[in-house]
Amino acid sequence: MPKILNNVKAVSEALDVAMDKWKEVVVYGEDAGFEGGVFRATEGLQAKYGEERCFDAPISEALFAGLAIGMSLNGLKPVVELQFEGLGWASLQNILGHMGRMRNRTRGKYPTPVVIRMPMGGGIRALELHSEAMEAIYAHTPGIKVVCPSTPYDTKGLILAAIDSPDPVIVFEPTKLYRAFKQEIPDGFYTVPIGEAFKIQEGNDLTVVTYGAQTVDCQKAIESFEEKNPDKTIELIDLRSLKPWDKKMICDSVKKTGRLLVVHEAIKSFSISSEIIASVNEECFEYLKAPLSRCTGYDIVIPFDSGEGYHQPNPIRIQAKIEDVLNYKF
Amino acid sequence: MKTKFLNVFDPLKNQRVELMDKNGKVLNEKLMPKLSDKQVIEAYKLMNLSRRQDEFQNKVQRQGRLLSFLSSTGQEASEVGYAYPLIKGKDWFVPGYRNNAAWLTVGMPMRNIMLYWMGNEYGSKSPEGVNSLPPNIIIGSQYSHATGIAFAEKFKKTGGVALTTTGDGGMSEGETYEAMNFAKLHELPVIFVCENNKWAISTPYAKSTKAINIAVKGIGVGVPSIKVDGNDFFAVYAVVEEALDYARNGNGPVLIECDTYRLGAHSSSDNPKIYRPEDEFQDALTKDPLIRIKNYLINKGVWDDKKQEKLDKEQDEFISNEFDYAEKNKNYPLEDVFNFIYAEKTPELEEQYKEAKEFFEKYPEAKGGHH
Repeated sequence: MPKILNNVKAVSEALDVAMDKWKEVVVYGEDAGFEGGVFRATEGLQAKYGEERCFDAPISEALFAGLAIGMSLNGLKPVVELQFEGLGWASLQNILGHMGRMRNRTRGKYPTPVVIRMPMGGGIRALELHSEAMEAIYAHTPGIKVVCPSTPYDTKGLILAAIDSPDPVIVFEPTKLYRAFKQEIPDGFYTVPIGEAFKIQEGNDLTVVTYGAQTVDCQKAIESFEEKNPDKTIELIDLRSLKPWDKKMICDSVKKTGRLLVVHEAIKSFSISSEIIASVNEECFEYLKAPLSRCTGYDIVIPFDSGEGYHQPNPIRIQAKIEDVLNYKF
Repeated sequence: MKTKFLNVFDPLKNQRVELMDKNGKVLNEKLMPKLSDKQVIEAYKLMNLSRRQDEFQNKVQRQGRLLSFLSSTGQEASEVGYAYPLIKGKDWFVPGYRNNAAWLTVGMPMRNIMLYWMGNEYGSKSPEGVNSLPPNIIIGSQYSHATGIAFAEKFKKTGGVALTTTGDGGMSEGETYEAMNFAKLHELPVIFVCENNKWAISTPYAKSTKAINIAVKGIGVGVPSIKVDGNDFFAVYAVVEEALDYARNGNGPVLIECDTYRLGAHSSSDNPKIYRPEDEFQDALTKDPLIRIKNYLINKGVWDDKKQEKLDKEQDEFISNEFDYAEKNKNYPLEDVFNFIYAEKTPELEEQYKEAKEFFEKYPEAKGGHH
């Protein structure tokens, strides 16, 4: 029977399916056992699968990732929950320094198929270090795959694909979308392939590429723009996988529309949009009708709640950017 | 479990397990491990081999034929002592980077070790049946990796124990504490070894910690901890043997401090003469673990100068042959740079590989480095 779930319930559903399918799946993180984590993403798993397979970990993020490396190279499939992205940076040493490298440095003998899940992004009225979006650091790291689902269907399918993957995968879960809406999703096991984007809507005049919480903001901005400009249509693509990413879908779209706008809340410089724009420039230069453009967070320390509205793209900012790109004249 | 060492020798009182004095005379016959002369000779040969390999590598490194390496000279009793009782193919060795003698003991081919120090990743791939991770350059994190491995052993009920090691410098890393804490929480079969060689590059023990010894660092997280004379092969072997048994039987982790001394430099690019007090070094030379076990064997009448001469000759020849092999096989094709990043190349990587391949076919002279 299909289920109607929000994003956070889709996480639980994915983990439940995975733990049932693979006995070697182990889930842990701060408060992830008994209580089910700060967002209740792992709720019920300890009761169902026991303390050996789903447990609270002491507050030691460096250990979480290192432990997962050892578990994974010795045959388990660990799924680690970091409570918030900004609180998990101690784990970076192991993710960057070991997890992404172990397969290569042992010439394939010890792959580390770890999954690390973390809530990311702002707009949740949280304290400092609870709203970070630093996905570029992970995407920049060789040996790591990075996904960022925005819908319940993709959340379940990408988490299952991540656990099934022979490579380490970081799953960014947009905190703002955890309980934002529900969607009907299939029961049981299915995957959304890592590396494939999803076209939310077709259009002819501009390609908008985004991911995470900004998929919703972009939809709002485009709807409002198209109402006022009925002669224009905009193609909207949800990237879903940040590394590897679906260059083909994006380039095919830009070749059709001649214009590109990339939207994300992460810091602008050296970001996911930097990579997409550089690559599209290499592949599609002769098709372009306007400079490749982006609407992103600024290169600033993520502001506390009171200043957050200045930082994150919102539908009004996105719509203004859409107008700029479409009105551009050589 | 009834123990002879754990919870008997108290690290809070700075007690240390010692079974043999510096002249090779047995101090405590009752506590000596049950090893045949053949086994002791085998262990001694491994120690001698590692020492001679260090000497050889020092020489060829100065000729520019090795990038760098970190010598085990002075720590052979500790390394062979803890690696010798591991069960091959079942137990795990999760090293730091100064572990030459231990690698040889767990079955890492010398040619691999040499390849590694020549800058070839194939060197850090352990052969089938040898459960050894590569050297760990970011010290401290190997304690977490070993803990994860031990978690999997307990989970799968496969009966293996993970043994990991770092130096006194590595014990300043928070991750060593995190790992020991978790390992005890879950009663995991992991042995944490610290080879306290008194120096973290040029930082002496006294400037790394105020703790009276390293072993006390396990006590805070409830891990049975013990200090042992790390220059005494028998003491290390006996304590590790008991710890392995203890961990294998579900009693959880153990921390072992091997009290030893780094006789060589930190790395081949370091000069200890500028920071190490000469009298301290001279004193350490009198406690050389190799001389001690050799004296033991001579006292027992199973070793002599003639045997030593023959062994040195055989080992030098072996070392030289291994080095020749490594030197002739240190290069690999371009594919291998791209092949092991992911299980399958991502589209980006495939594209970059093709670009690189075309480029290097066109401009083979562009491949830089020492080739």
